[in-house]
Amino acid sequence: MMWSWIPSNGAMIWQLTRENAYLGVIPALIGLVISLPLGIIAARWRWFYPPVLTVINVIYAVPSLALFIALIPAFGLTDTTVIIALTTFSLCVIVPNVVAGLRAVPAPVRQAATAMGYGPLRRLITIELPLAAPVIIAGLRVGVVSSISMASLGQLIGVSSLGYLFIDGLQRSFPTEIYVGLVLVIALALICDLILVLVRRALTPWQPGRDRRRVVAKVPVPVAVRP
Amino acid sequence: MSFFSYAWDWITSSANWHGSGSIPQQLVAHLGYSGLPLLIAALIGIPAGIAIGHTGRGAVVVVNVANAWRSIPTLGFLILLATLIGFSFITWLLPLVVLAVPPILVNVYEGVAGVDPGVKDAAKGVGMTGWQQVTRVEVPIALPLILVGLRTSAIFVVATATIAAYIGLGGLGRYIIDGLASDQYGPVAGGALLVVLLAVLVLAFFALLSRLVVPAGLRGQRKAE
Repeated sequence: MMWSWIPSNGAMIWQLTRENAYLGVIPALIGLVISLPLGIIAARWRWFYPPVLTVINVIYAVPSLALFIALIPAFGLTDTTVIIALTTFSLCVIVPNVVAGLRAVPAPVRQAATAMGYGPLRRLITIELPLAAPVIIAGLRVGVVSSISMASLGQLIGVSSLGYLFIDGLQRSFPTEIYVGLVLVIALALICDLILVLVRRALTPWQPGRDRRRVVAKVPVPVAVRP
Repeated sequence: MSFFSYAWDWITSSANWHGSGSIPQQLVAHLGYSGLPLLIAALIGIPAGIAIGHTGRGAVVVVNVANAWRSIPTLGFLILLATLIGFSFITWLLPLVVLAVPPILVNVYEGVAGVDPGVKDAAKGVGMTGWQQVTRVEVPIALPLILVGLRTSAIFVVATATIAAYIGLGGLGRYIIDGLASDQYGPVAGGALLVVLLAVLVLAFFALLSRLVVPAGLRGQRKAE
C-alpha cells in the first residue's frame, strides 16, 4: 500500500468517483420512474404480471457485460450504453417490489379509503403508494447498489468509472490503485444505500426504526389434547 | 449492422468451430469454470444455510452478507487477486466461490427459517428427531427457495467467469476480451450472444429442475425471490 499515491492523484480519483456515482444513481432513478407505472399495472391486472416476471427473469440472467456489448452498435462506447443497460437491470429488481408492496396493502385499508369516498387514483397516490413505499425503496436500494458496482464494468468498453483504477492498477501491477478502487466502489454503494434508508424513514414516519426484517409473529405452541 | 447480425455472422463462420479456441472448446471450458465454483459454493452455502435457518443462530450475519454482496465489484476483486498472487487456479476460483456463496446461503436460510412454525411443531409432535425434521420437513419445504439460490448463483457465476477472461481465464469471455482489445466487434458480439444463450439455458435448466424435484404438495405456490 502506497498511501502517498492517493493525495497525489486526488483529482483523478474524485473525477472517477463522480462518474461512477452518476453511472450508478441515474439508472436506478430512471428505473424507479419506469417501474412505478409498470408495477402499478401489474399489481392491478394480475394476468399481466406472470409474463412480465418471466421477461424480468430472462433479462436479469443476461450478464451486464453482454448487455453493454449488445447496445454498442446503437449507442457506441458511451455513458448512454451503460446507463441504458443498468436501467434495464434496475427495472428488474424494482418492478417486483412495486408489485409486492402494492399487493401487501391490506384489503380493509383499501376498502376504508373507498368508503371514505376516495377514487381509485387518489387512493393509489395517497394511500397505497405511501404504504408500499418501504418495499419499493427496498427494491430501489438493491437497484442502486448493484448499479454502482456494475458501473465499474463500463470501463471494459471504455466508459470512464472507478473501474479505471482496477484496469490501470492491473496493467501497472500496482495494488494500491486497485484497493482504492474497491474501497471507493463499496463505500459509494453503501453511502447511497444509507441515504435511501434515511429517505425511507423520512417518508414513512409510522414505521418503526428497524429495517426490512419482517417480524415473524410467534405462533403459540398448540397444547396437546389428550383423548 | 446490428448486434445480432454481427453475432450471427461470427457464430456461423465455420472457422470458429474448429481448432484450438473454437466455440465448442470454449463453451465446454466455460461450463467447467462455472460449474466447479458453483459446486463448491453449494457445498458450503447449503449446509451453512440449513444450519443457520434451523437454529436461528447467525441470522444477522446472513442478512448483512446479503446486503454487502451486491456492492462488491467483481472485476476489482478478480484483478486484486491477480495482481497480488499472479494468475493461477486460486485467482479465478476463489473469487467465484466467494461471490457464489451468498445467494445460496441467503436463499437456503430464508427457505428453512421461513417454514411455517405450525408445520415444524407438527414434525416434532409426531416424534421426529432433529435430523428428521430438517431432512424430511424443512429442506423439502425450502426446496423452491434453495433452487432459486442455486439458480441466482449459477447465472452470476456464468457472467463473472466471462469477466474473469480479463485476468486470463479461458472460456467464452476470451472472445469478448480479446475482441475488445483488438477492436473487432464480431467476436465480441458473438461471445456476448453465446454467454447470453448459456445464461438463458441455465435459467431453463433450473426451471425444469424445480418441476422435477419440488414436492408435489408445494407446486403452484408462489415463490419468493
